[in-house]
Amino acid sequence: MTVPTTPGGSPGRTLAVVSAGLSQPSSTRLLADRLADATVRELEDAGHTVRVETIELRDLAHAVVDAMLTRFPSGDLPRALESVTGADGLIAVTPVFTTGYSGLFKSFWDVVDPDALTGTPVLLGATGGTARHSLALEYTMRPLFTYLRADVVPTSVYAATDDWAASADPSTLRQAQPGAGSGQRDGGGLPRRIARAGRELARRVAVRENDGPADPFAATPSFTELLGGS
Amino acid sequence: MQFGIFSVSDVTTDPTTGRTPDDTERVRDMLTIARHADEAGLDVFATGEHHNPPFVASSPTTMLGYLAGVTKQITLSTATTLITTNDPVRLAEEYAMLQVISGGRMDLMMGRGNTGPVYPWFGQDIRNGIPLAVENYALLRRLWTEDVVDWEGKFRTPLQGFTSTPRPLDGVPPFVWHGSIRSPEIAEQAAYYGDGFLHNNIFWPVHHTRQMVRYYRQRFEHYGHGRADQAIVGLGGQAFMRKRSQDAWDEFRPYFDNAPVYGHGPSMEDFTQQTPLTVGSPQQVIDRYASFVDEVGYYQRQLFLVDHAGLPLKTVLEQIDLLAGEVVPELRKIVEAKRPADDVPLNPPSHAQRVATARAAGEVVATHVGDTADPYTGTVAEGTRPAASQEARA
Repeated sequence: MTVPTTPGGSPGRTLAVVSAGLSQPSSTRLLADRLADATVRELEDAGHTVRVETIELRDLAHAVVDAMLTRFPSGDLPRALESVTGADGLIAVTPVFTTGYSGLFKSFWDVVDPDALTGTPVLLGATGGTARHSLALEYTMRPLFTYLRADVVPTSVYAATDDWAASADPSTLRQAQPGAGSGQRDGGGLPRRIARAGRELARRVAVRENDGPADPFAATPSFTELLGGS
Repeated sequence: MQFGIFSVSDVTTDPTTGRTPDDTERVRDMLTIARHADEAGLDVFATGEHHNPPFVASSPTTMLGYLAGVTKQITLSTATTLITTNDPVRLAEEYAMLQVISGGRMDLMMGRGNTGPVYPWFGQDIRNGIPLAVENYALLRRLWTEDVVDWEGKFRTPLQGFTSTPRPLDGVPPFVWHGSIRSPEIAEQAAYYGDGFLHNNIFWPVHHTRQMVRYYRQRFEHYGHGRADQAIVGLGGQAFMRKRSQDAWDEFRPYFDNAPVYGHGPSMEDFTQQTPLTVGSPQQVIDRYASFVDEVGYYQRQLFLVDHAGLPLKTVLEQIDLLAGEVVPELRKIVEAKRPADDVPLNPPSHAQRVATARAAGEVVATHVGDTADPYTGTVAEGTRPAASQEARA
C-alpha cells in the first residue's frame, strides 16, 4: 500500500522528532531515529520530500525549567517549540522512569501551548530496561497526547534492552513489510513494530492539512463581541 | 514621557541578612518610598492591589489618599486596580473621592488579577475573568459619566436610579489605563474606549511587548480615537543601579537569585538579556530604556519596579535618587527627541487637559449631583433626566 499524496498540495512535509533520552548516545534517541527513518521512507515512497527536525530535550533541560519559572521560552527553546508546533507530524520518545515518562519529557510538554498540537499526528515511543514497563506508553503517554488533542497513531513502540538484541538488520526490513507472511514475525519484532508505526504516522502526515501556527491576535474577539458576551 | 515607580508591595526576606519586615513596616516603607519619589521629582507613583500574603497593598485608595495629602507634584496611580473582584460601584466612589482629594493628580490602571483563589474571597470566579473585566468596567464608566444610572448585568445586583458620589472632579472622570501581560482582549478593551494601555513587560522579552503594543495601537486607530501612534502607551521596567556597573551586579545578584518571581531559575546574565531588567550603571539604564521607543513607538509612561525581592528601604531610596537624578533627565531628552510628530501626545493626558478637551467637546455639564438631581434620592424629575441615562435604559 502506498501513502496517498495531497491533491494539489505541496509534497513537502516536516517531521519533528523529540527525544528525551539523557545519555549520549541513548537508546531513546536510537529508537526515535529508527521511527523517523521508517516514517520518512514511507513518505518518500509516496512522493513527498521530508524535512526532519530532531530535538534532544537534554540540550534544552535548563531552558525548559527556566520557562516553567519565567513563563517565557529562552535560548534554543523557542525554535524547538516552533519545530514541534509547526510540524506536519511528530515523533515523541521518552525513557520510562519510575512508572512513566521522564520528568524532563513531561516538563517539555508543559511549556508547549496546550492548543498547539490539536490534530497533529503523533507517534509515541518509549525505551526501558525490561519489557515489563511497556504499557507505560499506553497509560501515561497516550493520555497526555490525547489531552493535547493530538492524533495519536494506534501503534506505539516500546523498546526494551532485549528488543535491541533481537532486532533484525533494518536493511532487510523493507522486504519484511506488508504483504510478507506471518513467517517474518520472529525475525522482526522491534523492526516490524517500527515499520508499522512509521507507516501509520506517514499516512496521517501525508493527508494532514497544516494551517500553520495560530495567530493569537486574529483570534481575539472584537470588543463588541466581548460586550455581547458579558 | 513620564517616569515613575510602581510597587507590588511584596513582603520578602532580605536574602543577605535574613531579615523580614512585618506588614506595618512594609506599608510605612511604601509611604516613605512614594514621598521620596515625589521629592526626587519622579512623575508617577503607582501601587499594586493584592489581597493575599506576602503582599500588603490591599487598600490602594487609602494609601493614595494619604499620599495625596503629603506629596506635592507626583501623579498617584495604581498598578493595578482589580476590575474583576472589586465592585464597580465601590471603584467609582473610591477613585472619584481620590480624584477630588488629590485635585486630579491621579489616574488608575485596571487589571484582572491572575490569582484564582482571590476571586471567591470577593464573590467572583476567575473563570469569568475577561467577562467580569468587560462588564465591570462598562458599568464603572457609566457611573462616572452619568449622574443617575439604571443598570442590569450578569455579575452584580441591578442598580436603579443610583448616583455614585462624589461626582468626578470638574465632571471629568480619571484617566484610565488597562494593564495586561498576555491577554489581547484587554488591549482590545483599552483601544475600544480610547484609554491607555500599559504592557507590564518586566518579566517578558521585548518582542512580545512589541506585538501587544502594536495590536493595541492598531485597534485604537480602528475605533477612531486617533492614529495608531497617538495611542497612550506605558511600559513596565526594572533596574538596579550603582555608579560602577560591577558594584550593581555584585549587590543585586543575591536578590535576583532569590527573587520570588524569577529566582532559582535563569541566570541574571540571561534574564537581563531576555527582559528589560537592567543591572549596571545609570548610563547603561539610559541606553537600554532609550531603545524601547524604537521597539514599540513613542510612549508616554515608563514605570520602574524598584522596591521588591527584599531590597532594604535605604537601597530603594538610593535607587530612586539615581533614577530621578541621573537616569530620567538624560533618558527623557533622548526619548522625547524620538517623538514622531507634535500631535503625538508627549505625556498621558493630565486632568486639566482632559477637562479642557471635554469642555471643548461640550461634554461637561454637571460637576456635582445637585446640578441635575434631587440631592436626597439622586433622581431627577421626569423629563429632565439626562439623555445618556435614557439611552442606557433603552
